[in-house]
Amino acid sequence: MNSATWYGLVGALLVGIGLYGLIVQPHALRKILAFNVLGSGVFVLAGVVARRGAAVGLPGDPVLQGLVITGLIVAFSATALAVALVLRLAASAGTVSLEAGRAAPEAPDATGAEQDARASGGT
Amino acid sequence: MTAGIGTPGGHWLVLALMVPVAGLLLAFVAGGRHAERIALAALPVGAIATVAVALQLIETRAALVYSLGNWAPPLGIVLRADGLSAVMMVTTLVVLIAVALFARADFATPAGVREARAPFAFWTLLLAVWAALLVVFLASDLFTLYVALELVAFAAVPLVSLDGRAETLQAALRYLLYALAGSVLYLLGAALIYGGYGTLDLTLLAARIRPEPVAIVAAALMTVGLLAKTALFPLHLWLPPAHAGAPAAASALLSGLVIKGSFFLAVRLWFDAMPAVMTPAAAQLLAALGAAAIFVGSTVALQQARLKLMIAYSTVAQIGYLFLMFPLIIGMPQALAAGALTGGMLQAISHATAKAAMFMAAGLIYAALGHDRVADLRGVARALPMTVAAFALGGISLIGLPPSGGFLAKWMLLSASLASAQWWWAVVLAVGGLLTAGYVFLVLARSLTSTEAPIELRAPVARSREAVVLALAMVSALIGLAAFAPLDPIQIGRPESFNASFNEPGRMQ
Repeated sequence: MNSATWYGLVGALLVGIGLYGLIVQPHALRKILAFNVLGSGVFVLAGVVARRGAAVGLPGDPVLQGLVITGLIVAFSATALAVALVLRLAASAGTVSLEAGRAAPEAPDATGAEQDARASGGT
Repeated sequence: MTAGIGTPGGHWLVLALMVPVAGLLLAFVAGGRHAERIALAALPVGAIATVAVALQLIETRAALVYSLGNWAPPLGIVLRADGLSAVMMVTTLVVLIAVALFARADFATPAGVREARAPFAFWTLLLAVWAALLVVFLASDLFTLYVALELVAFAAVPLVSLDGRAETLQAALRYLLYALAGSVLYLLGAALIYGGYGTLDLTLLAARIRPEPVAIVAAALMTVGLLAKTALFPLHLWLPPAHAGAPAAASALLSGLVIKGSFFLAVRLWFDAMPAVMTPAAAQLLAALGAAAIFVGSTVALQQARLKLMIAYSTVAQIGYLFLMFPLIIGMPQALAAGALTGGMLQAISHATAKAAMFMAAGLIYAALGHDRVADLRGVARALPMTVAAFALGGISLIGLPPSGGFLAKWMLLSASLASAQWWWAVVLAVGGLLTAGYVFLVLARSLTSTEAPIELRAPVARSREAVVLALAMVSALIGLAAFAPLDPIQIGRPESFNASFNEPGRMQ
């Protein structure tokens, strides 16, 4: 077993863990984290493919490196957008569960206002 | 002139793409109430570029290609428009113009305010959806298409939660998570494809790909990712709350156009990039999911108490129709497959126009009555005749009555399924049409019931908005007349011809 195979297996494991978490976790933040684990797995696999396909003298195939970099930017923006939605949801509903019927509109309570303040302070 | 692989008129593709992107950036810079003006000004300019692309295609009967920086694939990337791209570009433009005219009343910046959140977000996102869809239609390599998919999702998700209510925020978040899972699976497939074949260009890939494990795994991952984004049953759960909760104009964009982006990409992958890998059995599975979507979506739509949710579940069902063409194309003789492809794309076009019109009609009904309970629609036809007529025309297209686009689409799919001895899809088409008629007539029967006195409207509805919705519904109801057109635009520049043009010696630098 060479290092590329090891990295490949690790990437596959991360993809599996991430996909499992994305499907079964009810909490929105955990789903977002699971998506990031899944994305990391894909990037590791892309790195393995880049290493295996590299020309002599190159550490990796630049096309796949470009692909991973763009993927990282997209995953970063997606996470930011998702977290922003979670913060707004927490502020207005007091819950961030994605189970159906949990987001019944309630009067904004102390925690909601507090989170709102934190959200606006943080950005 | 250097010898690139571009075709004459390829610059129109760049222009078509630049208009919404430039508008989007300008709207960010100018901010506030200018976003609306910029969007409304960009649409006619974009229309010129789109019409120019379409005319060029009809004149040359070949795909338009523009190679960025004059680099040929696999090193460079190209923009490419064939008949499929052009008809989707035109459809997108028509729906966008109607939605923009409709939305002016809902998303006007109030007088005396420099910038209001929802209007500014809506008009910039409208430009963003337009730009992202154009990239989907024009891109010709797997990675640009991945970026385009993400752009579509990022533009669409905030549209869901424009009004900022908790339910819509939750729906937007759920949509975003589905979309992200879908695109990350797609990216994994693209990386595997590159590892196996050393290219991301669709044309080069079509020539190199073989039915072997890496290609099959990649195709499966990418297809599942795209199905999650297109909301094909059983991955449709995010769609009804997201599409029904959004404001009417945003629902029209989401249901009419956005889901067609990932569907279009699935069509590209299956028929243009990897036809060698796709087996008839896989296509049958896809169409079986489509059939399940039709039955489940239509049945649930029949039980909905609220008009917007009913229309959203109808979208779930109509997405099913889009996937019925796959087993009628994969492994079928050329003539039969061409008919099925035209039928499937016509279904996409007529659904885009019909569903956008129906969502906007529902929005007008909601604005006039203050509710959209199907049970309490009595007398609406008298108060809002044009709106109910628009809903009916859209419904006619969904059911598939002549001369609507839905009729021609379903007729072509029906003949293809009978010609290829796959009678079961004909049964699905027929039963699906009946179920669709069920929920459309339910609404029409309620709203056409007369009341003793004219019902009181909570808010007056502008005639011009009703006229816009009716005009869009008319388009959908008359697309079927395209059957008399001298040529089938969808078949222009299909892969056979463009493979030949790429493989010609001497065209590469």
